[in-house]
Amino acid sequence: MSAFDKKDFKLLAEYKFEPKAVHRGYAMRSLHVDVGTKKATQKSVSEDMKKRFTGGKGFGLKLLWDATKPSTTWNDPENEIVIAMGPICGNTNYPGSGKSLVVSLSPMTGVPIDSNVGGYFGPYLKFGGWDALEIQGKAAVETIVFIDSNAGIVRFYEAPAALQQDTHLLAEELTHAFATDEGTPDAKDLQSVSVVSAGRGADHSPMGLLNFSLYDKRRQGIRVKQAGRGGIGRVLRDKKIRALVCRFSGVHQNLNDAADPAAVQRIGLKLHREIIVNDDKQCKMRKQGTAHLMEVMNDYDLLPTKNHKYGQDPKGPEIASWVWEKLFSQKLPDGCWYGCTMACAHAVDHFLLETGPYKGTKVCVDGPEYESAAGLGSNLYVYDPHGILELNFYCDTYGIDTISFGTMCSFLMECWEHGVLNKDRTDGIDLSWGNWQGAVQVLHDMADGKRFGVLAGKGVKFLAEYFAKEYGADAQFMKDIALHGKGLEQSEYISKESLAQQGGYYLTNKGPQHDEAWLIFMDMVNNRIPSFENKAEALHYFPMFRTWFGLQGLCKLPWNDVEPADNAKHPEPNKVPEHVQNYYELYSAITGESLDWDGLIRQSERVYNFQRAFNVRQGRGQRKDDYPPYRAMGPVLEDEYLAREERYDKQMKEKIGIDPAGKSVAEKVRITREFRLKQYDSLIDAVFKRRGWTGDGCPTPEHLKAIGMDLPEVLEVVNARIAGRA
Amino acid sequence: MIKYLKLHDDKCVGCLNCVATCSRMYFKEEVPAKARIQVFPVAPGSHHLVACDQECRLCVAECPVQAITVNAKGVVMINKGLCVGCLACVAVCPIGAMRYYPGESTPFKCIACGACVKTCPANALELAEKEDSPASRMPFEVAEAVRKQEGK
Repeated sequence: MSAFDKKDFKLLAEYKFEPKAVHRGYAMRSLHVDVGTKKATQKSVSEDMKKRFTGGKGFGLKLLWDATKPSTTWNDPENEIVIAMGPICGNTNYPGSGKSLVVSLSPMTGVPIDSNVGGYFGPYLKFGGWDALEIQGKAAVETIVFIDSNAGIVRFYEAPAALQQDTHLLAEELTHAFATDEGTPDAKDLQSVSVVSAGRGADHSPMGLLNFSLYDKRRQGIRVKQAGRGGIGRVLRDKKIRALVCRFSGVHQNLNDAADPAAVQRIGLKLHREIIVNDDKQCKMRKQGTAHLMEVMNDYDLLPTKNHKYGQDPKGPEIASWVWEKLFSQKLPDGCWYGCTMACAHAVDHFLLETGPYKGTKVCVDGPEYESAAGLGSNLYVYDPHGILELNFYCDTYGIDTISFGTMCSFLMECWEHGVLNKDRTDGIDLSWGNWQGAVQVLHDMADGKRFGVLAGKGVKFLAEYFAKEYGADAQFMKDIALHGKGLEQSEYISKESLAQQGGYYLTNKGPQHDEAWLIFMDMVNNRIPSFENKAEALHYFPMFRTWFGLQGLCKLPWNDVEPADNAKHPEPNKVPEHVQNYYELYSAITGESLDWDGLIRQSERVYNFQRAFNVRQGRGQRKDDYPPYRAMGPVLEDEYLAREERYDKQMKEKIGIDPAGKSVAEKVRITREFRLKQYDSLIDAVFKRRGWTGDGCPTPEHLKAIGMDLPEVLEVVNARIAGRA
Repeated sequence: MIKYLKLHDDKCVGCLNCVATCSRMYFKEEVPAKARIQVFPVAPGSHHLVACDQECRLCVAECPVQAITVNAKGVVMINKGLCVGCLACVAVCPIGAMRYYPGESTPFKCIACGACVKTCPANALELAEKEDSPASRMPFEVAEAVRKQEGK
């Protein structure tokens, strides 16, 4: 690998700003960068903006709304990538406090996507005195934007021709090149640099992601965390941005200038201790990360297998948590921000690649996390950990979302099984179930922008229509098994046996991801939310509660992937009340403003409804946008029904009130389908009502007023929709 | 070898001279909670002393910025310039020898300086040495030690 120095980069423009200290969690200003005009300007954050939008994702959506028009599409120059942090972000005491929230108009859905990501970039940016960074415009040449948070400098560089494109090499090169302090050129502080980049895959496929780097001192190399969902990496590359680089040295305990730093320490230390004592008895996040879920999901028939057709397979244990625990390097503080003792960002070190341009080299693979292991593993019927790691590594370095890729690839494999695809149509790639070498070839082709990869990379929404039109595949069948909502591929849990989780996935603003509500156990396993009203309450509370992490710059995992030992004594243990209390106390300790549980939910409601109105403004946000494909709701195929015949027959008898005896399988599939579709419609009615929306899914002016989000521009949008003008 | 403060609970008379000395030494004030050694009364006339044994090194492994290292004498040291104050080391310490004081930005611990030894009237404290235990070395620390030995 060639080594670069900053002087190898052609300087295109430079701006200087007064570095600003953060006060009570806020800098009260944001940075706007236009890579087209090569200009950087600062904007102030008003008290009103802070009050209504709180921070993080709230600020991101507000800035994106102001910067774009109803007609703006993802590849218009005015579309932005906004990276925003939130008031709690950057504290080092409470585990999971280093998240950045990235917002953009998505190439996959056309509406705003928001993605929550670790790595050091966000906190470093914040400590330069910025609550958010807006990136707008399109560059004429391959551009690097460098932000020096210590010196208050923003620079635009042209990337040298020899600079790498794929993240594992590019971020390493840039970390070394930008690690030098202007004043002390000999002392390189590699940990002071964080890089945001994508990879060659994001040059071609809408499922491109952003990698946020951190320098791992022990491994002496860079690690990356992903803003994975919704194609923001594609937007970065469309703007011809090779990377964003931020440098900050001098992190210490109270850079947020908390109102009560001792309280921040106390609350943080309490959770640190809880994690140290309980984790090994609970989720084993410190040893296995989210991969601890693998066998749990397989056991409960929830681990996506063969494009979500099944939830279980006897081969499940071959990729169970204990397999990953052995592969992950142990006893390392694998946090994605300082002070996260949950330390779930594990990695497989010295992994020897068997395919692709980096074949024969040993690399550090970040992960796999649960979603990647399920999406690239069981869902493709791949039970070879090596195959999963190879796919995981190349997805990351090419800047491709493992979830969208996994769900897309499983769709291709099911199409292969049904003869919709063959070697003539895949440029010779065998896409039989379990053939990870075939899957990784699709990935290499996506990165090269050649052959079958170009088509495959467009995502399942496009492919389902294309295969029906061009290859004569059954259009309804294609629609049924293309697991996406609004154009975004579903993440990796089987939702068909939990009506509430179908809502958790599809009654969302940005598409079926798992960060709003995970209700499968509450609903299906423990039957705690039996009625539509119960489900609607859960589909109000949990999305609102979980939105709050994104407003603050927090990670969701330390909320319920560790629990107080006595959590079960609470009447509502699913809410982990003691941890909720930690959160509003932490917010108060940092910002100096009082907050309680209701206030926390209210902060989220404002932003959640604003995001829904944003969808409405872009011509979406309608009831019809919120339906799942049938594979996410029930058995599409006869053999799928027969595999769980006892369960489905029992439901038909008890829930539908029809005796399955003597009925053909086709008839039973049809009866089940009709019933489940009806159930979903009743769920939509209940949820929209609870959320204060019309039957078509538009926030009502009355509700917006009640939650303090009756801004004129928002009212104009919803009133036009309700009056039928838009 | 590891240099450490050897504690003799059986000889301690509970005068707290060590606590006062330690707090004055590093904080220029006498605040018992700011001492790096602690004295717990367990029964009338009986005390339990707590200070870092310099041996388990869980804090060394836990520190996200490698601010905690082992020096040439085997003593576990905190580099305040690198420390980000997360207190993960405090949480992970199995005996409560890693300390913090509310509002102070960095944690603190016994570094076997011996200041308290001189002020103990009962010979309950002693600066001693013990064999380094290879088992306490963390995998990545070993790799680094090997690299250093090989002069790389």
